[in-house]
Amino acid sequence: MTTPSTSSSESKPRDADNWAPRASSLRLGAVPSGALKLNVHGKQAVSPLQGFGSMWQKTYRVRLKGVSVLPTGVIKVWKEHFPEFWPKGNHFYGPLTGIAPGEVGLINMDVGPATLSTGVLVLYADEESFTFMTPQGHIFAGWITFSAHEEDEGVVAQVQVLIRANDPIYEIGFRLGASKSEDRFWQNTLKGLSAYFGVEDAEVETQAICVDRKVQWSQASNVWHNAAIRSTLYLMATPVRAPLRRMRKRNRQRPTSAAQ
Amino acid sequence: MPPAKVTLGVRQVSARASIIDVQGEVTAFAENALMEAYIKANGPSTRVFILNFNGLEYMNSSGIGLLVTLLIRINRQKQRLFVFGLSDHYRHIFELTRLSDAIKMYEGEPEALDAAHIP
Repeated sequence: MTTPSTSSSESKPRDADNWAPRASSLRLGAVPSGALKLNVHGKQAVSPLQGFGSMWQKTYRVRLKGVSVLPTGVIKVWKEHFPEFWPKGNHFYGPLTGIAPGEVGLINMDVGPATLSTGVLVLYADEESFTFMTPQGHIFAGWITFSAHEEDEGVVAQVQVLIRANDPIYEIGFRLGASKSEDRFWQNTLKGLSAYFGVEDAEVETQAICVDRKVQWSQASNVWHNAAIRSTLYLMATPVRAPLRRMRKRNRQRPTSAAQ
Repeated sequence: MPPAKVTLGVRQVSARASIIDVQGEVTAFAENALMEAYIKANGPSTRVFILNFNGLEYMNSSGIGLLVTLLIRINRQKQRLFVFGLSDHYRHIFELTRLSDAIKMYEGEPEALDAAHIP
């Protein structure tokens, strides 16, 4: 009698297809022209453990009152229309194949007078939730989970972040007010989602828990990847970059004289 | 909140180390059970907590978040967190989510206990 083999491939876990496949760094696909495509390709995804600042868990919830929809229906819509629910001035260029495990999205955000280019990895996705993981240089290191569930005979849509500011500059920004801006960002996102389902002026509940007050000085060097700084420097160099490119192209095309 | 589909057994193998045996699903709904197991496993001299994932059947991204908050709580007390019994799939998840940077993974219980310096 042969003993059946018990290799892991034969007992595939229920969540096997929900997680991103193995990847050492993010790879960005095609994006629309006009999008600023920086600080994504080749970056590593980071968890809150690799961030610098205090660790926060923030939960934003909205009840879809009077809406006859299942949690799976909410997530389906959210995935399909994700960029449309983002507040004005911020752009999410999603993967052409949609929000699916392993895909990478590009983000262009207005941060004061500057434009910040960064992205996200779709770490996990199932029928009732999906989770983004941020790359090096993003404002924060961590995970953002979008989910929907039934509660008290209704459906609640939720955004939950578990994050640290990625570097000291972002942490200073958080403490000086960027944290409130982030709250408004996700509150407005949920209001946009609610409006899609016909719920106007939805009330968003917000809960913030400081999981770890200590900053991680060992991660201060993350500032090297700071996407806000890199995006700003790139844009500042734009007036110089185009003429330089033209000059190099002319030099390459110039016929070389034959050796005498 | 729906009931958690997880059972967590606690074994205090020595004054220094405790093992939490995970059977079932680690999702957001497992939070209360996991925190209760941590409290139960935390003896007066406990320095190392070891999660046994041989019985892990399912984990989503919220479950990973739970492990991070547990890790922070343990580290705050200057204690350590190890794991063993991860299948290839869940080992990949730990690496993908960078949890492996902060939580040591071992093949089996003997290796984890050796690392915790249990005779």
